[in-house]
Amino acid sequence: MNEPVLLQPLIPLLPFLGFLANGLLGRRLPKALTSIIALCAPLASFLIVLRAAYMVWSGALALPAIELDAPHWIWVGSLHVDFNFAVDQLSLVMLLVVTGVGFLIHVYSVGYMADEEGYARYFSYLNLFLFFMTVLVMAGNALLMFVGWEGVGLASYLLIGFWFQKTSAADAGKKAFVVNRIGDFGFLIGMFLLLANFGTLTFSEIAAKLNANPDWNGGILTAIALCLLLGATGKSAQLPLYIWLPDAMEGPTPVSALIHAATMVTAGVYMIARTHFLYDRSPFALSVVAIVGTATAIFAATIALVQTDIKRVLAYSTVSQLGYMFLGCGVAAYSAAIFHLMTHAFFKALLFLAAGSVIHGLGGEQDLRKMGGLRKSMPITFWTMTAAVFAIGGFFPFAGFFSKDAILYEAFQHGASGKFLWFIGLFTALLTSFYMFRLWYLAFFGESRSEDHHTHAHESSWIMLAPLAILALLSIGGGWIGIDRFGAFLAPVLGPVGDPATAPGGKQLDVLLSVVAVAVALLGWFVADRLYRQRPDTPAKLAAAFPAGYKVLVHKYWVDEIYGAVLVKPVLALSKFLLEWVVDVAILGGLAWILGGIANFGGAILQRWQSGNLRSYAAWLAAGAAALLLFVLLPWTTLLANLGIHFHVAGH
Amino acid sequence: MIPLSWYLLLSAALFCLGVVGFLIKRNLITVFMSIELMLNGVNLSFVTFAHQWHLVKGQIFVFFVMVVAAAEAAVGLAIIIAVFRARSTLAVDRIDLMKL
Repeated sequence: MNEPVLLQPLIPLLPFLGFLANGLLGRRLPKALTSIIALCAPLASFLIVLRAAYMVWSGALALPAIELDAPHWIWVGSLHVDFNFAVDQLSLVMLLVVTGVGFLIHVYSVGYMADEEGYARYFSYLNLFLFFMTVLVMAGNALLMFVGWEGVGLASYLLIGFWFQKTSAADAGKKAFVVNRIGDFGFLIGMFLLLANFGTLTFSEIAAKLNANPDWNGGILTAIALCLLLGATGKSAQLPLYIWLPDAMEGPTPVSALIHAATMVTAGVYMIARTHFLYDRSPFALSVVAIVGTATAIFAATIALVQTDIKRVLAYSTVSQLGYMFLGCGVAAYSAAIFHLMTHAFFKALLFLAAGSVIHGLGGEQDLRKMGGLRKSMPITFWTMTAAVFAIGGFFPFAGFFSKDAILYEAFQHGASGKFLWFIGLFTALLTSFYMFRLWYLAFFGESRSEDHHTHAHESSWIMLAPLAILALLSIGGGWIGIDRFGAFLAPVLGPVGDPATAPGGKQLDVLLSVVAVAVALLGWFVADRLYRQRPDTPAKLAAAFPAGYKVLVHKYWVDEIYGAVLVKPVLALSKFLLEWVVDVAILGGLAWILGGIANFGGAILQRWQSGNLRSYAAWLAAGAAALLLFVLLPWTTLLANLGIHFHVAGH
Repeated sequence: MIPLSWYLLLSAALFCLGVVGFLIKRNLITVFMSIELMLNGVNLSFVTFAHQWHLVKGQIFVFFVMVVAAAEAAVGLAIIIAVFRARSTLAVDRIDLMKL
């Protein structure tokens, strides 16, 4: 029987080759060739993934498929890590999203970055990101996943700081890197604990060991799960480590769409789903995941209400939606979380790309207060954005409805505390709908509020609009697959999903909750409509009526300031004290001083021998010769024996 | 017959005179002469032992030393003359630089 060839190693390899080609030779290549290289690499990867998906669908390929499994990657003592990639249902879905959306955003970037300096550098970074992201997704063990995890962090850092001449961009890159490092610390500790307790980092072996011990619950598993959760909160921008993501908007907008909305920030969710067998054994860790997710969802949504930078609204919305995914993981509805991850990748990438189109059309303007009336000048951007707004708002039959509904339904079914989480989630949905329609009205409706009038507001080129159109179709239809079929496909990896027909409350409850969710979304739309279309002066009045609340939201709960005062400043002061005074001045300076002193002192003594006085040399020579003669000629042993001291010479 | 030790004592006395002269004299020519004195003190020991043991080796050594001393005298005196021309002095304390 012929084994079907998956060509799996090519999936990360091609973007890596693109990275090498553009990174090393990009400056000398013509722009068109750079674009072709940069586009072909992700396209080829995407086609390979599509082919694999087709083979799975037609039954030619059984999952999990493993094509690259090199044993003995690291073998030191009892530490034994293989180099293995695996493609199963979960990573296949992720690969489709990463390479598919990734390719579309590459296409969009060709138009968006056309006039930028460092065109080749940009695309080499983007390809590098895809390389590491595919490694992360296909990794069969935690260490290899960590390689991808760090790699996407590097690509993210490079791309946030792409315009490194701007201090704010360079600072934002550093902030993202440092905050992620805190999360990585948790990931590392989690890996050490896994090694210590399971002796392996390969996911399938850990799952097998857990299956062999059905009574193993809590304890060290909770510790591992919480450590991994810390890593996930760093990468997926959850409380308390979400602060880097809004600042990451300093990067080019397509980067925000690809890395900081659609793919990389979902790595934490993916990691939790990938290690769900650990979380399943620890109810405490699961509830922590759920609480972190829910708290982040509502926290970020409230901040998004008052932001005026179009990209910051979307950034906080991303944080909030990632909170939904964590909520889904926290109620053990992993396939619902992955489902939302997928639809979110479609509509959030679309939102960012459409926002990028707006920014591009307005010549770099990002302030919502200076937009308005773009409906007529940018019709295609407007309509695609509309699809995305309805999708994230959770309107039937757009994609966001199905996935958000699935998460909320699972939360509702999750005991008494689940009802509470469901309620918060529902309230967040109201806020989400409100702030998205606020953005929609502010940008596209009413009259232009720009000072220099939008004489130059123009629709973007086709190469930017084509990805928008495709993503709009996906945002509309991406959810029609339904959580039942999606969950059934992922069931071999993530465990079975509950069937609403047999669950308490039956199918009616599912429908009822959906109706409530849509009603809430409509309410948000209605309020936004009243405030921002019919009476545009009310928001200012509202802000004046509740100055304290407004101030808290505008300053984002002062979280950055609190972190700055409580953590950053003491750490900086301590580092300054330790490094500058203790290490630099005391240890290094003292050491240098002591060494120099020894040399000086020794020199002062030894230089007396080197007097240059010939006769003193001769005197020393004569004295030395006399001493030698004395030593040889005098009968020492006899003399000493007379004094009662005896020598025993060897050999005698 | 004169005992061996007398010869050796004379030889040691000559050598010590040479050493002391080498150390305390300032004139380069006197220093040079002191070196010759040390060599000849040693030569006397060689000859004494050669006579004592009836061996020629000691006397051959003496010839070698005398040849070397003659060569040394030729080269050394040439150097002394060169130094005197350059420095107008033969005091060893003032000739403490390697270059002229």
